[in-house]
Amino acid sequence: MATKILTEHINVPGIETFDVYRKQGGYTGVEKALKTMTPDAIVEEVKKAGVRGRGGAGFPMGMKWSFLAKPEGVPRYLVCNADESEPGTFKDHYLMKNLPHLLIEGMIISSYALGANKSFIYVRGELMYVIHILEKAIAEAKAKGFLGKNILGSGYDLELVVQPGGGAYICGEETALLESLEGKRGNPRNKPPFPAVKGLYQCPTVVNNVESIATTSWIVNNGGDAYAAIGIGRSTGTKLISASGHINKPGVYEIELGVPVEDFIFADEWCGGIRPGHKFKALVAGGSSVPILPANLALTLANGEKRLMSYESLSDGGFATGTMLGSGGFIVFDETSCIVRNTWNFSRFYHHESCGQCSPCREGTGWMEKVLHRIEYGHGHQQDIDLLVDVAKKIEGNTICPLGDAAAWPVASAIRHFRDEFQWHIDHPSEATQPGAVYRGEMALI
Amino acid sequence: MTTETNHSAIQFTPERLERAKEIIARYPEGKQKSALLPLLHLLQEQEGWTSVEGMDYVARMLDIQPIEVYEVATFYTMFHLNPVGKHVIEYCRTGPCCLMGGEEVYAHLKTRLGIDAGQTTVDGRFTLKEVECLAACGMGPVFQIREKYYMNLTNERVDEIIDELSK
Repeated sequence: MATKILTEHINVPGIETFDVYRKQGGYTGVEKALKTMTPDAIVEEVKKAGVRGRGGAGFPMGMKWSFLAKPEGVPRYLVCNADESEPGTFKDHYLMKNLPHLLIEGMIISSYALGANKSFIYVRGELMYVIHILEKAIAEAKAKGFLGKNILGSGYDLELVVQPGGGAYICGEETALLESLEGKRGNPRNKPPFPAVKGLYQCPTVVNNVESIATTSWIVNNGGDAYAAIGIGRSTGTKLISASGHINKPGVYEIELGVPVEDFIFADEWCGGIRPGHKFKALVAGGSSVPILPANLALTLANGEKRLMSYESLSDGGFATGTMLGSGGFIVFDETSCIVRNTWNFSRFYHHESCGQCSPCREGTGWMEKVLHRIEYGHGHQQDIDLLVDVAKKIEGNTICPLGDAAAWPVASAIRHFRDEFQWHIDHPSEATQPGAVYRGEMALI
Repeated sequence: MTTETNHSAIQFTPERLERAKEIIARYPEGKQKSALLPLLHLLQEQEGWTSVEGMDYVARMLDIQPIEVYEVATFYTMFHLNPVGKHVIEYCRTGPCCLMGGEEVYAHLKTRLGIDAGQTTVDGRFTLKEVECLAACGMGPVFQIREKYYMNLTNERVDEIIDELSK
């Protein structure tokens, strides 16, 4: 069995309660941190661990922590990003629902390390039932002296607040999240200033993903070096992968980074292969934003080596032949999937979720959706494919926040790798618009 | 009659008022606007939807301008700005659910209810709303009614749920 850092005890009955979680070794990280470590020592361990932001960006967490400004007399904040909304991603939902105390323990350790006395968990509003689970767990932890004033006699105080969102993908972007937490529309802010200097209420703030924060109790207990020994290269530790689509065993899997993509899809330990009677056609490896890959490129690098589930291996080849690990939203497509329809669907998503601040994104996502819709519904023009490439190129890099890139990449990559499929829709509209019609060209299925 | 009572056609129940006070108190001094989204959820939980009168009530409670509430309520998708049926079915229309037959099940649901997205059944029992990804992609197709997730939907399962909620 592979190492499980986060989910080892997830199937223990009652693990969502304080007592059972504690019996399984829970909150020992808080005890060790508050009784024997200085905040800076914890930051050092997290740096050594090399854990990278699990929300999707993959930015080293320890480095993000070390950027936090510490002006005298100004409060600092830790905000946990639990706005999980990237299509294909449902790991934080799974983790919080089943292991609320793991997140709370991580929040206490991280808040102590950063010198925050009031920290927030911003959960997407649709997960109101998870908010209730977290609030109950927080009340338990507080009753046991792990939250509130003078935690475990250490002199350290911490209040945790669970904040609901209101339904907006954009609030997963950290500055939009902070705006939302201040009771405003979720419009991303211009950077700089970065949240580490001016974040929540214009105070120094760190925003970290649920899964990132949840790693800290293990890191404190076992040390950063032990964490860094797991995984491969600069992709240290484990990663929660949300597996969906045409596989036998959809679900959330905690993997050691470095597992071959092929094993992850086909081995019984994980996805258990493509559903019976079907073949592997394409993969979105890290949430809907990352480039889609055809089966052969998903499994194999340009040099013939196996592609691995790691930040480096998934991005090997750049966007020409590679993709990204992103949030770990792993969506598998079999040969019944129409790439054009899926790309239109994703474009509709980004158009719907664009906050509207930046013209390239506000207008461009709408144009892409419109053009993809007409191709999918048999009214495509010959120049539409090039038009889509052009619009995607003009959005990418020209917006305040990465939503523009996230909207452009799925379109650009679908055309890069499945151009024939788009062309077929334009050339054979009556055939392509038959129910369930899918292009069956020279595509390699596995 | 004072202006204040004129304004207060909508009021939180005593329990919710207590809850609202707790929520407002959890933010730093002067940052009470942070309570806006939680209070809008509380309002909608009580009233079933988010009316202008309700938003004005929340604005007064937080001592902010009504427009600050309107612009927020209209930005986020969870707030129903018109009256809705007893059960609001929020159906996920995003890619991963569609791969699992989400579009076929959705067509069945619409036929079964006899309404399209954004509409309410004549008996006022169901409102249908299309939403984007609900973070349950491995259990698709998915819809949500209030706080409850209904997962791994099939036509048969949809019929069972609608039958159950029609009783």
